[in-house]
This record gives sequence, structure tokens and C-alpha cells, in this order.
Amino acid sequence: MNMIEAINDALDLMMARDPDIVIMGEDVGYFGGVFRATAGLQKKFGRNRVFDAPINECGIIGAAVGMAAYGLRPVPEIQFADYIYPGLDQLVSEAARMRYRSAGEFTSPITIRSPFGGGIFGGQTHSQSPEAMFTHVAGLKTIIPATPYDAKGLLIAAIEDNDPVMFFEPKRIYNGPFGGDYDKPSRTWKGHPGGEVPEGYYKIPLGKARIVREGEALTVLAYGTMVHVAEAVLADKGIDAEIIDLRSLVPLDMETVEKSVQKTGKCLVIHEATRTSGFGAELVTLVQERCFYHLEAPVERVTGFDTPYPHSLEWAYFPGPVRIGEAVDRLMKD
Amino acid sequence: MAEGPVEKGTARGNLPPLELYVPEPKYRPGDVVDYSHLPVPPAGKLARPDEACPASETWPLTLDMVRVLDEDDNAVGAWNPGLDPETLRRMLRTMALTRAFDDRLYRSQRQGKTSFYMKCTGEEAISVACAMALAGDDMVFPSYRQQGILISRGYPLVDMVNQIYSNRADPLKGRQLPIMYSAKDYGFFSISGNLATQFPQAVGWAMASAIKGDTRIATAFIGEGSSAEGDFHAAMTFAAVYNAPVVLHVVNNQWAISSFSGFAGAERTTFAARATGYGIAGLRVDGNDALAVYAAMEWAANRARANQGPTLIEHFTYRAEGHSTSDDPSAYRSAQEREEWPLGDPIMRLKKHLIALGEWSEEQQEAMDRELVEQVKVATKEAEKNGILGHGMHHPFHTMFEDVFEELPWHLEEQAAQAMRERGIKWPEWKERDDA
Ligand SMILES: Cc1ncc(C[n+]2csc(CCOP(=O)(O)OP(=O)(O)O)c2C)c(N)n1
Repeated sequence: MNMIEAINDALDLMMARDPDIVIMGEDVGYFGGVFRATAGLQKKFGRNRVFDAPINECGIIGAAVGMAAYGLRPVPEIQFADYIYPGLDQLVSEAARMRYRSAGEFTSPITIRSPFGGGIFGGQTHSQSPEAMFTHVAGLKTIIPATPYDAKGLLIAAIEDNDPVMFFEPKRIYNGPFGGDYDKPSRTWKGHPGGEVPEGYYKIPLGKARIVREGEALTVLAYGTMVHVAEAVLADKGIDAEIIDLRSLVPLDMETVEKSVQKTGKCLVIHEATRTSGFGAELVTLVQERCFYHLEAPVERVTGFDTPYPHSLEWAYFPGPVRIGEAVDRLMKD
Repeated sequence: MAEGPVEKGTARGNLPPLELYVPEPKYRPGDVVDYSHLPVPPAGKLARPDEACPASETWPLTLDMVRVLDEDDNAVGAWNPGLDPETLRRMLRTMALTRAFDDRLYRSQRQGKTSFYMKCTGEEAISVACAMALAGDDMVFPSYRQQGILISRGYPLVDMVNQIYSNRADPLKGRQLPIMYSAKDYGFFSISGNLATQFPQAVGWAMASAIKGDTRIATAFIGEGSSAEGDFHAAMTFAAVYNAPVVLHVVNNQWAISSFSGFAGAERTTFAARATGYGIAGLRVDGNDALAVYAAMEWAANRARANQGPTLIEHFTYRAEGHSTSDDPSAYRSAQEREEWPLGDPIMRLKKHLIALGEWSEEQQEAMDRELVEQVKVATKEAEKNGILGHGMHHPFHTMFEDVFEELPWHLEEQAAQAMRERGIKWPEWKERDDA
């Protein structure tokens, strides 16, 4: 099963279980979304529960806040993460703080799904990785799956969660894992363990990282597409690295991270988003604060550049195997 | 009156349950379309209010439709702009050139020469006639379907193709999605992929022109789907409050990707009628009638230039092709819609009008079309010499870090050095190129 199908499956299953779940977003109804993640759901659950929205992200998120206040559990889709910004006030000032400001009287159990990230020639308005902005907002959870299996289990947990959750889907790996070399033919999820998605209900708790691969020499922290790129690079280099897929940025599984860094003494943080004030900065600081006496080398981070995503040079922008490889070499030098 | 906290779900047994209304288009794939529900008023029917009239005098027009070309291909009524045959032929030619350009670049995308393309098929009259009715130095804030304006203003086709191919001659240095042009010297504002943002910006430009005592006006285009964005309403409010010299266009082509116009509010009233609530002038126009479009743009531009304030114009048209090369319209709408669109094809209508005037012929049209196909072909061949997407002939790597800020800060210099180092490892052969 690919990641789109896994997401569709999770939505389907949860809608059948809980009549309070509603889906809205641009093109999500009859058409099933531009990436087809909601395909077939309107037909199955009716237009009362799966419906198209006007092109108005502020309206989508604001209406979701109101629906949640009534008692529904909206799962809105924002067509691309780049387009959450018009709805930012409703998200940041309203949804995120609803529980706090009303002392729990009102809550916002909303799961906002949105494809993010680059690598599909989407230009500067269809490629951004804005996750760090949302981790900076008190009251929002930020979840990013890296496999179809995780996408289903995490989405189910996100929908059941009583807080607003940003569920960012790395669109580069919707159809298959990706090693970061743009000119190598894409693989599919077939045969990948993460592509085996069981039928029925299961849930992956928010805030639990996944150890992709155990190792002794180096800890690699990544999420989304970059998990696969990290795997490919370290396999090529034959380094006994421990790779951790964070899955959840807020809440963060610091326990797993600490344990790993204390074991390996070295840490590399990877994300596709721009570097400055990216989530990597937070991770490096946390590792520094908690594992300083175990560190054998400065913590490194590999990121996208501090520029918008350039259409024709996106493969120069993307933090691919060469950039990661250099950082690994630096870390492994002594 | 109740006292104390409300009781949840108090039964009011005799009331009907509330119902959610979700709009649904009339026709889906496989359906036979019938447009008899769609009122198409006769051409020439509407009065043309004085350009200095109070806004309220235009409001009846927002619920009707300005049409000039009639069933017999004559230009009739008070809105007939009375253009001379030479101008009409130029208009026809520019519209046909826009279509020829779209057809070829669409194929280029299919051939893998670029990542993406968007056609404006069926909407050529809107951009071309508006451009012709504007002064050359009026500022346009377009959406991605107004390539006809650049073409009307004589922007080099080769540069359009360079932009689409993101090659080393791309004026935007390969940064923008194909078709997201920017051409300041041609009064064409940089196109955003974020819908509707250009609308308040156009109003701001117009306000600036008024602040400076300039004579230039601004105009902006938005799709009917995008008119649901808050930015639309922000623009309307500012335009009304400051009486800005701006003309705001809603291109109602019926579809926003798979969502029909009902999801932007079209079932309740027209898009032009939104002018009423803001107290500004509004016009609703047959967008497939180049003469009606020209007349409306000219009327609103004159009004703005005379300090009579903003106008909202709705162009009623049809998106004949897919939303973009990533879209498959057969998945959500009846295939016949396009064929049976009651307002016809804007190019055919203008052509027939010129023929009816005795100023054109089918033979001339055919010869012109052949010539235009050739003209576009020459331009694409020329552009291909500068590279196509993904084949290495793009702007130098360092340009990726330029223009983020006016001056390059240290961290971007460092990152630029990193990019160069990576290039040397990934693509050593590029060293020989001029990619310093
Ligand atoms: C803020 C924002 N939200 C969503 C999108 C995704 N999107 C791109 S085009 C489009 C449909 C626009 O339809 P319309 O305004 O009617 O213009 P048309 O394409 O029909 O000319 C959508 C939803 C976007 N680009 N920006």
C-alpha cells in the first residue's frame, strides 16, 4: 500500500467508527483531493461528512474551530502546506489556544492534513517545509509520517487526539521511499516493510519515535522523506549508525533520542526545511542540553538552504546524499 | 427566559432537524448537459451608464450581462466600443497567438521539456481585450491565466518560453513555476502561486498612484474560486474606502480545479453583485465576447482615471481545458460541457464578426493561424537553445542564493559554497560549462 492509500484507509476506518468525524477541504469531495487522499469517501459517507470547501483556508480552519466547539472532530485538508498561511490566525491564535484560554471549556480536536516538502518540481509555492513554524506555536502538535504503516497509525492517533494536530504528509514519498538521488528511478512501497499496512484499526502513539535501524557509531535524527535519504546514505557508507525517525516533533520523544546519543556519542540532525531557526536548531539544542557530557563531536545538522525552493535548481537545493555524506564524514573523522 | 447554564440538546420536538447544504454542480462525467437554465440575455440590450454615474446606477448590470456580439455576428447596442477593423484584426490575431502559444507549450510539457503548464483556452478575450483597452503603462496584477496580457503588450515570446523552461535565459533565473511570469517593464506584476494575494496589492498600487497624483491606474485578475479568499474582501474594502483607481476582475470560468463556482458562492448571486455590498461600481460581462470585454474595461478604466473610483467586473466564461497539466477534468465534469457552452468560443465569435463586416475571411484566418503556429515554433526553438528543464542548462548555482536579500549575508555565502562543492561531486562534468 502506498502512503496515499494508507491515509485514505485511516480516514475511511475512522469515519466509519466515529460519526463526529468530518472532512472538508478544496477538491476533497467528489474528486477526492488533488492527491486523491480522500477518494471515495464522499460517496461512502455522504456530503454531510465529506465536502468541498471554498478556496478559503481561513474559512476552512475557522469553521473547523467552530465545528470542534460543537463537538465534531474535523479533519480538514489544506491542499499544500504552503497555503496554510491564509488560515494562520485561526490556527495560531484560535485553535492552538482554545483549551488554554477557556480553561478547558472549549477544545479544538482538529487534525489538519497537508502535503509538504519538495522534490516534485513544485516551485517555491508547492514545496515548502513549514513544520518548524508550527512547532513554535504553543498548543499545536506536529506529526510527520515516513511510511504508509506509520501514516495510517499516526493519523488514527491524531484524529483521536483531543488537541489540534498538524499532520504533514511528505509528498515526495507518497508513492515510494526515496534515497535522495533525483536521477535514480523511484521505488514503490511494494516490498518495503513500511508499505505493509494491516487492515483494521491500529494506532501509533503521538510522541513515540521509531528506531529505523540500531547502531553504535552515530545517531541520526530525521523525519519524513529525509528518513529514507539518511538510510540510503548510511547504508552506502557502511556506517553503523542508529537512525531515528522522530515521527512526532511536538510532542517529541526525547527519551529515545537521549538514550541513543548517550550510546553513540555522536548526533546528526537532518531536515529538508530551511536551516535558520529550523526544527534542527531545537533538536541540536536539546541534545546539547541533555547529552553534552556524552558527546564526542559537535552535533551536526544537514538542512535545505536558506532560500525559497528554486524550481530549476531543486536538486541542488535538496539535502541529498552528498550533503549528508559530508556531514557524516566530519562526524566520523575521529 | 431560561436562567443559568443552557441545557445541551434541549428537545424541541416539533422543529425539523437542521440540514447542511452542500452545493453540487448540475452535471458530472457521463451526464448530458443542458444549458437552458443559464440565462443568456440578448446582445445590445443593456444601457451604458455614464462613466461618472453613481455606483448604484451600475448595480442592475451586475445581475445581467453586457453583450455586444449578437447571434448574427454583428456588434450592437450602447456597449459597442466601435473599434475599427484594423484594431479588431489585431485583437483577433493576439487572441489566436495566445491560443497557438498555449497549444505548443502544453505539448512541450507533455514532451518533458518542463514540469507544468496552464492554458487559458476559451478565456483569450478577457486578457487580450482588457490589455487593449488599458493604457500601456497601466499596471496589471494578473493571476496565472492572463498570458494574453503579456502577449498583447508585446513581451517577447522567447522570454516566455525561457521562463517556462526554467533555462539559463529565464528572466526569473529558474526560480518560479512555469508560467509564473514577472515583467515589470511591461506593467505585469510578478505572479504568485498563493491565490488572491495580488488583489489587495493592486489596490495598494492604485492608492499609491493616487497619493502621487499619477495618471496610471491598476487592474487585477482573480479566478472565481479564488474570490472566496479573504484577500478578495480585503481588496474590496480598501478599494471602496479609498476610492482607489483600480479595476478588479473576477474571471468566472465556472471551475476551480474540480470545484464548480457554487463553492465560491455562485448559487446565491453573481460575482459582479459583490460590488453592491461595498458600494462600488460593478459590471457583469460576457467574457467570450471580446467587444463586450473591451467596452467594460474601457468604461471602468475611464471611470477610475476620472477619480470616480473602483469597479468590479465579472467575466462570465468557461475554462475549456483542464486546470493545468496536472489535472484531468474528465474525472469531475461532463465532457460535453465544453462543446455546448452557450457563449461559444471567443476567437470564433470575433472571427465571424470580422467576416460579417467584410473585413476578414476563412482563408485569411487559416493563413494567419499557420503563420502564428510558425511564430511560436520559432520562439520555442530559439528558447530551447538556452536549455529545457532538468538538462543542466540553467542559471549558475550561485544565483540560487541571490535575491533572497539585497546583499548576500555570510550564511548564504557559506551555503552557496556548499552547493558548489556538492555540484563538483555530483556533476563533475558541469565544471566545463559557464556555471562559475
Ligand atoms: C492560497 C491557495 N490555496 C490553494 C491553492 C491551490 N490552488 C491552485 S489553483 C486553485 C484553483 C483556482 O481556481 P480559480 O480561482 O477559479 O481560478 P482558475 O484556475 O479557474 O482560473 C487552487 C485551489 C493555492 N494555489 N493557493
